[in-house]
Amino acid sequence: MALQPKPKSVTGDSAIGQGRGLARWRQAGRWNPNRQNEAYLFLLPSLIGLLLFTALPIVGALILSLVRWNLVGAPVFVGPANYIEILTRDQIFRKAFANTLYFVVTVVPLQLAIGLALAVALNQAIRGIQIYRVIYFMPVVTSIVAAALVFQWMFNRDFGVISAAIWWFGETTGTNIAPPDWLNSSAWAKPAIVLLTLWKNVGFTMVIYLAGLQAVPPELYDAAKVDGANGWQRFRNITMPLISPTTFFLLVIQMIGAFQLFSEPFVMSRGQGGPAQATLTLVFYIYQNAFKFGNMGKAAAIAWVLFVFIFICTLIQNRLQRRWVHYEAGEG
Amino acid sequence: MQAAVPAHRRPRPIKSLLLHLFLISGSAAMLLPFIWMLSTSLKTPPQIFTYPPVWLPDPIAWGNYRETVSVMPFGRFYLNSLIVASSITVLQLLTSSLAAFAFARLRFRGRNALFLLYLATLMIPFQVTMLPNFILMSWLRWFDTYQALILPPAFSAFSTFLLRQYFLGLPLDLDEAARIDGASSFRIWWQIVLPLSGPVLAALMIFVFLNNWNDFLWPLVITDSIEMRTLPVGLSILQGQYSVRWNLLMAGSVIAMLPVLIVYILGQKLFIQGFTMSGLGGR
Repeated sequence: MALQPKPKSVTGDSAIGQGRGLARWRQAGRWNPNRQNEAYLFLLPSLIGLLLFTALPIVGALILSLVRWNLVGAPVFVGPANYIEILTRDQIFRKAFANTLYFVVTVVPLQLAIGLALAVALNQAIRGIQIYRVIYFMPVVTSIVAAALVFQWMFNRDFGVISAAIWWFGETTGTNIAPPDWLNSSAWAKPAIVLLTLWKNVGFTMVIYLAGLQAVPPELYDAAKVDGANGWQRFRNITMPLISPTTFFLLVIQMIGAFQLFSEPFVMSRGQGGPAQATLTLVFYIYQNAFKFGNMGKAAAIAWVLFVFIFICTLIQNRLQRRWVHYEAGEG
Repeated sequence: MQAAVPAHRRPRPIKSLLLHLFLISGSAAMLLPFIWMLSTSLKTPPQIFTYPPVWLPDPIAWGNYRETVSVMPFGRFYLNSLIVASSITVLQLLTSSLAAFAFARLRFRGRNALFLLYLATLMIPFQVTMLPNFILMSWLRWFDTYQALILPPAFSAFSTFLLRQYFLGLPLDLDEAARIDGASSFRIWWQIVLPLSGPVLAALMIFVFLNNWNDFLWPLVITDSIEMRTLPVGLSILQGQYSVRWNLLMAGSVIAMLPVLIVYILGQKLFIQGFTMSGLGGR
C-alpha cells in the first residue's frame, strides 16, 4: 500500500521484531529509570482493560467449563463432565460440528477462488476499476443482520426473487424445474447461507488479492511474454507463487471466520438454527446453551473445543504453508 | 492511472469486452439484493405477493417507512449504535495507541513478555470470553447498560499490535530530537507519533467503528430492554415480531443500511484502505 511507512525496520530480527532504532538505543546504553515507570503508565489503561475483559475471562471460561450452572443457583463442580458429554453423547453437538465444517469447506475455497478471479479481472488495466471496486466492496460494509434479512426474503419459495428466477427458467426452457423451499429444506438451507456469506465477504477477499496483485512487478510478465509464456502459464508460474502469502493470509482468516459463523444462520433461520438443526453452527449452539438452555458450563466447554479446533487447523495450515507459500528473499 | 499503463500492457479490445461482461454480471449479482430490498420496502402487500415479481412499486408506498419507525424505535436504535460504536472507537484508539507507543518507542522491564501476552490473547476467539464477560457484567449490575455494551470491546490487543507495527516504522530520530528539546514522552506521543500516523489511525478508526456498528452477538446477549438495543439487534426483533411483513422488514433493512452506505460511497477510498490496512496488519 502506498500509505505504509518504510517497512525496513518492521521486518526485524525476531518474531517480536526489534526495530533498527531500538537497537541503536540499546547501544547507547541509556536506561532511564523514570522512563521505565512512564512506560507502565502508557500501558496501564490498555493493560487493565485487557486483564479485566480478556485475560480474566479466559481463566473464567476454563473454570466455567468445569461446572454445571444455570446462572441462578449455585454452580456445581462437575470436572470434565461437560467435555465428555459434548464429545461422546451429544448428538446435537455433532450436528453443529458437522454443519460448521460444511461451511468452512464450502465458503473458504469458493471465497478465495471468486475473490481471486475478480481481482485478476480488475487488475487488467481496464476502465472503471474504481466503480467495480466500490460495488463489489459494498456488501462488506453493510450490516450482516440487514443483509441476512434481505437474503431470507430473496430465498422465499413463493415470492422471493431467486425462486422466481428458477420458476421462470423452468417455464421458459420447458424443463419445469421448481425451486427448492430453500430455508425450510434441510438440504438447501445451508447452500443459501453459503451464498449469503459469499456475497457479503467476497469483496474483502477481492480487495486484499488486488493489493497483492498490484505488488507483482509488471516487468516479470513482460519477460515471460518475451519467453513465449501464455496467459495461463504466466498466471500459474508468476502470479500464483508471488501472491501465495496473500492466499495463505486469506485462507487462515477466512477459515477462522467461517468457524465462527453465527449471525448469518441466526437471522436466516429466525433464531432457531433449523430446519431440524440443519443450520446450527457451533457458535450458535454456544449461544443456545448459554442463553436459551441455561447451561453455562456446557456452553463454555463448546467454546473451548471450538478454540482448540481452530487452533489445530491454523497450526496445520502454518505447517503446510512451507510447501506452497513463497516469501521474497529477506522476508519472513 | 490509465495513462500510466504502457500500451503493450493494456488488454486487447475483445479481451477487454469479455472482462467487462464478467465484471458487470458480477456487479449485477452484488447490487441485486440492494435493489430488491429497496423495491420491496416501497411495495404494498398485494405487490409483494405476486408472481412474477414486480421491480418497480406502483403505487410507491412511502407509508411503509412511517409504519416501520412507528412500530420500532429506530431513532433510539440509531442513537444507541452511534453512542456505542463511537465510544468503543475512541477508547480503543486511545488505549491502544498509548500501549503501542510504549511497546514501540520505550524500553522497560518485561516488554517482550508483556507483548507476547498481548499476542497470545489475539488467538482466543470472542466466543470463549463472551460468557465470563456476560457473568462479570451481571455481577457488576451492568447488564442492559451502555457500560456493558462499550467497555468489554473497548480494549484490543489487535489494535495495539497494528499500531505498534506502524509506530516501529517511524524514524526514532524524531523522538530523540524532541527529547533533547525537553519534550516529555506524552508530548512525543501526542504531537509527533500520532500526527505522523494519520493513515493507520484513519484506517483503524473506520475498521473499529464499522465492526462495532454492525456487531450483533454481544449487543444481543448483553441487552434486554428495547431502549438499549442497537440497530442490528433492533432489526432482528422487528424480524421476530413482523415475520411476514416483508415491506416493513425491508424498510427496516434500508433504514439500518442507508447511513453506512452513504458514508461509504462518499469515502469509499478510505473505507477500502481501512479494511485493507487493518486486514493486513497495518501493511
